[in-house]
Amino acid sequence: MARMKFICDAERCIECNGCVTACKNEHEVPWGVNRRRVVTLNDGVPGEKSISVACMHCSDAPCMAVCPVNCFYRTDEGVVLHDKDVCIGCGYCAYACPFGAPQFPSQGMFGVRGKMDKCTFCAGGPEANGSQAEFEKYGRNRLAEGKLPVCAEMCATKALIAGDGDVVADIMRNRVLQRGKGAEVWGWGTAYGSKQAGQPGAGAAQGVKS
Amino acid sequence: MKTLLFAMALVAALGACSERPQALQTSKQDTPAYSGTGKAFANPGWKQGDKASWESQLKARSQYGQNDYTRMN
Repeated sequence: MARMKFICDAERCIECNGCVTACKNEHEVPWGVNRRRVVTLNDGVPGEKSISVACMHCSDAPCMAVCPVNCFYRTDEGVVLHDKDVCIGCGYCAYACPFGAPQFPSQGMFGVRGKMDKCTFCAGGPEANGSQAEFEKYGRNRLAEGKLPVCAEMCATKALIAGDGDVVADIMRNRVLQRGKGAEVWGWGTAYGSKQAGQPGAGAAQGVKS
Repeated sequence: MKTLLFAMALVAALGACSERPQALQTSKQDTPAYSGTGKAFANPGWKQGDKASWESQLKARSQYGQNDYTRMN
């Protein structure tokens, strides 16, 4: 199996925030922490674009590189996870991440910053699969249940796609061919290092201009 | 004899002053997802613990659930 990847199709996202709500509900994410959120460019202007953003589980993750306590690890499927028992909440990962994925609960006194929380690709954490401890720290482990991330599965317009990188790229390629535009996959090149990402093809460029 | 006992006691006492190991204990040994949760609340159609079965299940699910061109046509 190839790596697990996310794609958000900006031509389809309608800013409904269903993915955000589904994620918070599935994992019982605490107040103030948003593992996923929807960003809209040129909001209110005709032609506005929205994308759903969370941890992209980068191939060469900057958060892993800067973590002083080395709490991150990558699974065999390419999912970037972290160990909350090791995290010291320093926030370096938040500065390093190009997607703003790391979140910090701030429920304590004096603005204390708790342990980092981020999207797990619905793959839980280092605790036993499906255990109560895993759920309380990292949320539900849907991958171990044979399911895909709930944000993508709940997406009404199927703008957000998740799963095996080959399948995800194939679905997106088919869409672009069918509609003749919308090849710009924001964040793909940053996360996965593709040289082609973000470069609209000849047909796609005409479609955008028209 | 007393000297020997004193020396042994001294060594034991000095041993107690040694530092505990402070190496960072990171739990990088996560259970692979294909091993399943061991519970019945899982998607049917694959065998928990079978990697090939899990991979084909996820591929099928991502195609069926997300590729609307294959669903509609």
